[in-house]
Amino acid sequence: MELNEFVEKFAEQFEDTDSSEITATTNYRELEEWSSLVGMMVIAFVKMDMGKTVTGDDLKACKSVEQLYNLIMAK
Amino acid sequence: MGGYNPFSLEGKTILVTGASSGIGRATATACSKMGATVVATGRNPQKLEATLITLEGDSNQIIAADLTIDEDVKNLVYQIPKLDGIVHCAGIGHRMPAKLLTMTEVEKVMNSNFISAVSLQTQLINAKKVNKASSVVFVASAAPHMPALGNAAYTASKAAIIGYAKCLALELAPRNIRVNCICPAMVWTDLIMQEGVGKEELEQAQLKYPLKRYGQPDDVANLAIYLLSDASQWMTNSCIDITGGTNEL
Repeated sequence: MELNEFVEKFAEQFEDTDSSEITATTNYRELEEWSSLVGMMVIAFVKMDMGKTVTGDDLKACKSVEQLYNLIMAK
Repeated sequence: MGGYNPFSLEGKTILVTGASSGIGRATATACSKMGATVVATGRNPQKLEATLITLEGDSNQIIAADLTIDEDVKNLVYQIPKLDGIVHCAGIGHRMPAKLLTMTEVEKVMNSNFISAVSLQTQLINAKKVNKASSVVFVASAAPHMPALGNAAYTASKAAIIGYAKCLALELAPRNIRVNCICPAMVWTDLIMQEGVGKEELEQAQLKYPLKRYGQPDDVANLAIYLLSDASQWMTNSCIDITGGTNEL
């Protein structure tokens, strides 16, 4: 999966945050809607669409969406 | 006082499902140490062999069966001797936000955690394999009264088995057969090592429990021994929490 597509899918996990607010450099954990439930949705989409396992600790360790993408791709 | 042991399972034959790992294996082992003859069942023959090695005594047996497959249940029921105790440990974990649940997954969780146990129990009764004054134990979960994110399907399956057990207790009481549920909070087994939850996270999370740790399979096995033994002969229709003191998973 390319970064652009990842960012798009990542943004889809949010209900109320407009996708235009989320780019590769967004610090997602500072978004108002970010929560452990959204985190769980991200974990699920990474598993289903990318076949990779990302943990809650991984989500905490990354700041930007791109960082998370790179971490996942390195797995 | 010598020899006084109300928790002894001497002379009892006990079926343990899900005995190839986790709480099931610990329960099978503990039962054999308390003197029971154990029939251990699970899906994986190799893992069952490993369980058999941990059992004390010579008369224990293992029977591989996938309880979600009707033919396997029939074979199992046909092969096993008459029972004085059954511990339903077989089950799977599941974690997925409600928004993303697929019905295929929900069916899988319900089949593994609820329908297969009901099917086995029904067939055991009909085949007259359950002796008078037996004890039936369902390893349910504290989840139904401790809702957690992503736990909807799992929690529903455990609530279902608790509801079933409570009615079964009434129906089997005339034959002095007791039915109880064990409701553990988080226990260190493969079941809690779900996708997206790292061991380090769980190790940190367990510190929130008043006793500062998640349970071990033996903690649950020891409660099962009590429920299987004559020490609990006035106990039926109960759901016992075993949680390390926590009020949330």
